Amino acid sequence: MAEEFVPVQTKVVTKPFLVLAALALTGLGLIAYRYVAGLGAVTNLSDGYPWGIWIAYDVLVGTALGCGGYAMAILVYVFNRWEYHPLVRSAVLTSVLGYTLAAVAIFIDIGRYWNGYKLFLPWQVNLSSVLVEVALCIGAYVVVLWIEFLPTLLEKHREHPKAAVWLRRLNHALPVIAAVGILLPTMHQSSLGTLMVIAGGKLSPLWQTSLLPLFFLLSALAMGFAVTAVESIASSYFFRRPYETPMLANLARVTAGVVAAYLVLRLADLLYRGAPVLSSGWLSAMFFLENLLYMVPLIFLVSPRAARNLRVLFLAGLALLLAGAVYRFNAFLVGFSPGPGWRYFPAMPEIAITLGLVSLELMAYLYFVKRYPVLPAQHG
Amino acid sequence: MAISRRSFLKLAAGAGLAAGASLAPAPVGARPPVPRLPEAVGILYDATLCIGCKACMSACKEFNGLPPEHTDPRAIWDDPLDLSAKTVNIVKLYTHGSGLAKDREVDGYAYIRRFCMHCVDPACTSACPVGALYKDARTGIVKYNPDVCIGCRYCQIACPYNIPKFQWDSPFPRIVKCQMCDHLQARGSFPACCRFCPTGASLFGEVRELLREARRRLALKEGEPTWFPLRRVDSGSHTYRAAPAYLPYIYGEKDGGGTQVLMLSSVPFAKLGLPALGEDSIASHSETVYHALYKGMLLPYLVLSGLVYLVYRNTTKKDLP
Ligand code: SF4
Ligand code: SF4
Ligand code: SF4
Repeated sequence: MAEEFVPVQTKVVTKPFLVLAALALTGLGLIAYRYVAGLGAVTNLSDGYPWGIWIAYDVLVGTALGCGGYAMAILVYVFNRWEYHPLVRSAVLTSVLGYTLAAVAIFIDIGRYWNGYKLFLPWQVNLSSVLVEVALCIGAYVVVLWIEFLPTLLEKHREHPKAAVWLRRLNHALPVIAAVGILLPTMHQSSLGTLMVIAGGKLSPLWQTSLLPLFFLLSALAMGFAVTAVESIASSYFFRRPYETPMLANLARVTAGVVAAYLVLRLADLLYRGAPVLSSGWLSAMFFLENLLYMVPLIFLVSPRAARNLRVLFLAGLALLLAGAVYRFNAFLVGFSPGPGWRYFPAMPEIAITLGLVSLELMAYLYFVKRYPVLPAQHG
Repeated sequence: MAISRRSFLKLAAGAGLAAGASLAPAPVGARPPVPRLPEAVGILYDATLCIGCKACMSACKEFNGLPPEHTDPRAIWDDPLDLSAKTVNIVKLYTHGSGLAKDREVDGYAYIRRFCMHCVDPACTSACPVGALYKDARTGIVKYNPDVCIGCRYCQIACPYNIPKFQWDSPFPRIVKCQMCDHLQARGSFPACCRFCPTGASLFGEVRELLREARRRLALKEGEPTWFPLRRVDSGSHTYRAAPAYLPYIYGEKDGGGTQVLMLSSVPFAKLGLPALGEDSIASHSETVYHALYKGMLLPYLVLSGLVYLVYRNTTKKDLP
């Protein structure tokens, strides 16, 4: 049988890799300082804005960017679209890295981390808390993702007899693993939205709605498809490999469907609630930015000619990722106002820690694609 | 190539179910409102009696072991600007125009105390993932247990009054909030803020009796001579004075599902910085949305079964390597 996936045969330690390493080290140093001096010493968080970019970026955007594995699994395993299978592995890799770092970020963010294990004690958790569902599902999904990624690691050592046995066992368990791997993100990506329902009037009516779970789920799916396309195009470009053009064009149509559903529902909900779309000052501006970032790529994605143009696809994908990120920032930070006098903009060390974590993620990505069979084999 | 029709229908049904449940803002299974506990205790704060002496603030700090706060480094007194991890009770001032007449909205001023409202159906306890904030089953006091708190600060996002505060400058931070001097009550005493209030503006008692007292005051005619209990609603000692021009509203009777701290004032509560919350608690709303999807884990379980079936069928047919 021909190899479906192969490692990229280049050096791991390159100049960009060293730059990333420097950023990662800076971040790690600041994280150490946070544990000595408290959260106030490295962040601009306050009693009014208790959640900042670590939650909005590292957790919300980070896990949504990690939805590639989820989105592709739905296409392949649920809709039986095996033509997308070549994209699954790299999508799972981005997912496993994104989610693992989100879990790390949560651990850095919570103030009383030594009590963190209490979240996993069934008699301790509060079942009416949305945060319990989010935390347990993200925790479980990190484990599931590593299991899904395991075959990639094992294949490299397939001569080893133990590895072969485990590969077979994993393949047996695949239906269950894949099903759980689809259920868990459906649950927590929507619950991430539900988190803000309890903020009530502190979140602007442009974002506060009982439909937050549905919007978070749909936008996470859209980001999952977009990130897979962007990653595929970027890795083909940087590693000088052939482009997956027809597959990407089809993917574009699926993505367009999800985005269109999201926009229709979002608009209907705003109209139904009579939200002050035009009269909310700077929040209105952010609202329009967010939705333009959805609408413009949608226009390109539905046109069949444009969808075969890789440059257009790439830019549309980036725009959709940005749209999802802006939506998440709006729903958790920009549209959140605890009352007069409170303000939040991330502190330098706070940003540096996030940058450090992202650098770690990119370093891990580069390492894995160059050492393990992650990217699709070149056909033809 | 094409999505199999049958699998599509199945998935669509599942997705429809999920969407349907989250679409209905108040489905049949909406969580019922939480009633007041019969023995609940609380505080009645009457802004018209408050003279802004801040005796409650210093008493609160003394009896709760909280340090004074310097927001202005030149200040030689405790000068918190707002509630914080060092200040769980504060007296604030409203002024308008010339600011001459007490308890008048226009060209007047008024005091307002802020501290935990001890909600009947608290957002903080609904949000807290580990039950570190919890409501005493008898007294209804909302208490904090640092031994389980993970420091996630979701309670801060949830509380509509921005009450829970976090120790940002500590490597081992806690949540800090008014616990209605629970430790004093355990010794048979009562909240320090009420004990040291010289005018009876802060009054401790059972919520039932506090509500009765509040209604009695609202029934008074402006200028009518009357009496006001001191310290506790059942203390037996009173001051005597003319009834002020109350707004006919007891803040906390119904607001946000009701609170065990009740407030009376002559100046609209919105002007004094209290949020307009409606009569349903935000916790009941959030839990309704949440439970619509997760009640008994039925929906996730159904979806999972469907998924296992589909994936199994699709993978075996395809004959994976
Ligand atoms: S006022 Fe805030 S902290 Fe106090 S009980 Fe209500 S929700 Fe909890
Ligand atoms: S910070 Fe502590 S008290 Fe507040 S919600 Fe989190 S675990 Fe509960
Ligand atoms: S009840 Fe106790 S802790 Fe609460 S404000 Fe009064 S004195 Fe402070």
